[in-house]
Amino acid sequence: MRRQTYKSWGNLPFGKQKVIPLLSRSDPLPTLSEGETILPYGNGRSYGDSCLNTDGALIDTRYLDHMIQFDRERGVVTCESGVFLKDLLTLLIPDGWCLPVLPGTQFVTVGGAIANDVHGKNHSQFGSFGCHVLQFELLRSDGRRLLCSPTQNEVYYHATIGGLGLTGVIVWAQIQARPISSTDLECETIKFSGVEDFFRLEEDSQNTHEYRVAWIDCLSKGTALGRGHYSRANHADGRRVSRDSLLWKKRISFPLTPPISAVNKFTLQAFNSVYFHRQRKTIRKDTLSFETFFFPLDHIRQWNRMYGPRGFYQYQCVLPMDQACTGVTTLLRMIASGGIGSFLVVLKAFGDCAAPGMLSFSRPGVTLALDIPNHGQRTLDALSRLDEIVLNANGALYPAKDARMPPDMFRASFPRLDEFIPLIDPVFSSSFWRRIQPTSQSGDER
Amino acid sequence: MTNIAIFGVTSAIAQATGRLMACDGTRFCLIGRNAEQLEIIKQDYLVRGASDVFVFPCDLASRTTHQDLVDNIMQSVGQLDIVLLAHGVLPDQAACEEDPFEMSEAFEVNALSHMSLLTVLANVMAQHTKGTLAVITSVAGVRGRKSNYVYGAAKGAVSIFLDGLRHRLSSTGVQVLDIRPGFVDTPMTADFEKGPLWASPEDIARGILKAIEKRKDVTYLPHFWWWIMMIIRHLPRFVMHKTGL
Ligand SMILES: Cc1cc2nc3c(=O)[nH]c(=O)nc-3n(C[C@H](O)[C@H](O)[C@H](O)COP(=O)(O)OP(=O)(O)OC[C@H]3O[C@@H](n4cnc5c(N)ncnc54)[C@H](O)[C@@H]3O)c2cc1C
Ligand SMILES: NC(=O)c1ccc[n+]([C@@H]2O[C@H](COP(=O)([O-])OP(=O)(O)OC[C@H]3O[C@@H](n4cnc5c(N)ncnc54)[C@H](OP(=O)(O)O)[C@@H]3O)[C@@H](O)[C@H]2O)c1
Repeated sequence: MRRQTYKSWGNLPFGKQKVIPLLSRSDPLPTLSEGETILPYGNGRSYGDSCLNTDGALIDTRYLDHMIQFDRERGVVTCESGVFLKDLLTLLIPDGWCLPVLPGTQFVTVGGAIANDVHGKNHSQFGSFGCHVLQFELLRSDGRRLLCSPTQNEVYYHATIGGLGLTGVIVWAQIQARPISSTDLECETIKFSGVEDFFRLEEDSQNTHEYRVAWIDCLSKGTALGRGHYSRANHADGRRVSRDSLLWKKRISFPLTPPISAVNKFTLQAFNSVYFHRQRKTIRKDTLSFETFFFPLDHIRQWNRMYGPRGFYQYQCVLPMDQACTGVTTLLRMIASGGIGSFLVVLKAFGDCAAPGMLSFSRPGVTLALDIPNHGQRTLDALSRLDEIVLNANGALYPAKDARMPPDMFRASFPRLDEFIPLIDPVFSSSFWRRIQPTSQSGDER
Repeated sequence: MTNIAIFGVTSAIAQATGRLMACDGTRFCLIGRNAEQLEIIKQDYLVRGASDVFVFPCDLASRTTHQDLVDNIMQSVGQLDIVLLAHGVLPDQAACEEDPFEMSEAFEVNALSHMSLLTVLANVMAQHTKGTLAVITSVAGVRGRKSNYVYGAAKGAVSIFLDGLRHRLSSTGVQVLDIRPGFVDTPMTADFEKGPLWASPEDIARGILKAIEKRKDVTYLPHFWWWIMMIIRHLPRFVMHKTGL
């Protein structure tokens, strides 16, 4: 078996790994040699190293892509863990159902969505993906197949949701869908001029609009600091569900990785400025199709290649509500002055729904995410400065996006870590997991 | 009702192709040697919308069973609209060079089992005035190359067989489609390092459907392989022998 370069979305250079596909949901895990570790791999849409296991093996779940059952009356769907959210949507939507939680790309597997307990733009109403997982089967390296639900093998249920693939392989899962009135979305986009405005808009909209997200021009400074576009939306009324809205008529693709990053000071300035001013009026109302609203980035396949061969980081943090306004302002000031520009700075509020996973990222507060081209040590230093602000505000970083957070930061921001550790499968490990081990004990805890 | 029979349906390419066709009004006959996996695919197609699915567990290398198999299929569905042959193995070329038995085994599955099934199926299809007989061969069958000529020879043999069969059925209105994929990322090629020339099973599946719709005779998938094979086919031998192809 040859070693292969499986990548994560950030395209950062990590080493090779052995890849072992799981060919059927009834297959056992492979026999491993002494000391060898494994990690399930979904579709590599995590940005950093949480879906990689450099020098170890990956269990590729791509062939676990079968539907098992769909109860059209109750909206309950059961499928194997390698099924893409895109395929679930194709199945659900014609019957008026939808996944309650949708991340920014539909090219994510069910297993990956559970293992990172992903969130969408409607967290305050529907919580995270794990909240809608009724049950799943967990395959452990000792051959046991645990049926996990809120009432059966509960500890494994809560450890595996948001469990970063470390507790075993999710073989199949059963998900409760939610009904939708339409695949069209009535969307309002409002220009705002600073972070405080964002919080005001949030307060105004939280009871009237299900989906809410803001984009921030992260290069503006001074009085323009924190200006951006706030968009809020609801499913349109009137039973219009269209399967066609799920198929981009023509997807374009970033064909090859350019030798140097296409993202630099000039393209960023231009993009952020044009994007902010593209909308003249303060409020714009549109009816948007499902994919345009939820998955605008999926329109360009492999857009991550534009960052060139060195790849890029995504930095996503959450700050508790009481610290959010000052915290976000300080972060934005640092980002604008440190020159670590980004195409996409996104701000979303999380509601009070308790996340079901021991290591779930989403928690009440506000989450800020930005993409940063990799300029080596300079970038790492700039990000460390952001860490300080996040830690001071009692915030946390999202492991799904992370490729660099220091061990202390992880420990400080995931308080249920000690409850989680004993539930890890002894032969499972990841590059991320080894990286966030406290340096003094690395080696004895995998 | 459209009746579709897929031989070797456990193949990644075949499964993806069936999935694209699984909708209200399609009835499937699924043939493969892994009975458990056939049930899994059956469930999958039914959930995705197929009207009905029959499974026929069968090792397709055992040629003596082919007539009975096809008879059983015909008994279940009465008529076939689309037939896809997809089973195959990628033999270890080095092992085939050492061991004549290994070599002929590969030929058995990749060539003879296809020709045997096609012989039985052609007689069934010849009674119709429409329908499609589609077979997955390979770009490897276009020219013998040292890296995999055992596999290539078997695929090439099937291509020539299909040429003749197409000639024979030309007056019936039955389409005989020779599908020649390039590199596809499937369990068959799990150990290969992938590059920009590689396609996904879903890409190939879409190409197969399009070729059926357009009633093509031969299709290279993705299409750029037509150009590549055109060049390879015409490389002078002295140049070819300098390559590691
Ligand atoms: C453009 C874009 C937008 C995004 N937007 C959002 C967003 O809005 N919200 C959000 O929360 N995330 C978002 N993400 C991140 C993405 O949703 C998560 O990283 C997701 O988990 C990726 O799923 P995947 O199937 O690619 O899994 P991978 O990235 O391959 O794996 C993710 C984790 O799941 C584990 N895993 C995978 N399959 C299994 C299995 N069968 N059993 C057990 N463990 C398994 C892996 O070990 C790994 O730890 C976005 C990513 C991109 C590229
Ligand atoms: N992948 C490529 O790059 C590529 C390129 C050109 C052509 N092709 C051709 O495409 C076709 C499909 O292959 P794939 O790429 O989809 O690979 P695959 O997933 O490995 O499929 C091959 C299938 O053939 C089945 N099979 C082998 N021997 C059989 C037998 N005696 N009886 C019944 N079934 C048998 C296997 O069944 P089991 O699961 O039971 O083993 C397997 O499901 C093959 O004909 C292959 O030669 C592939």
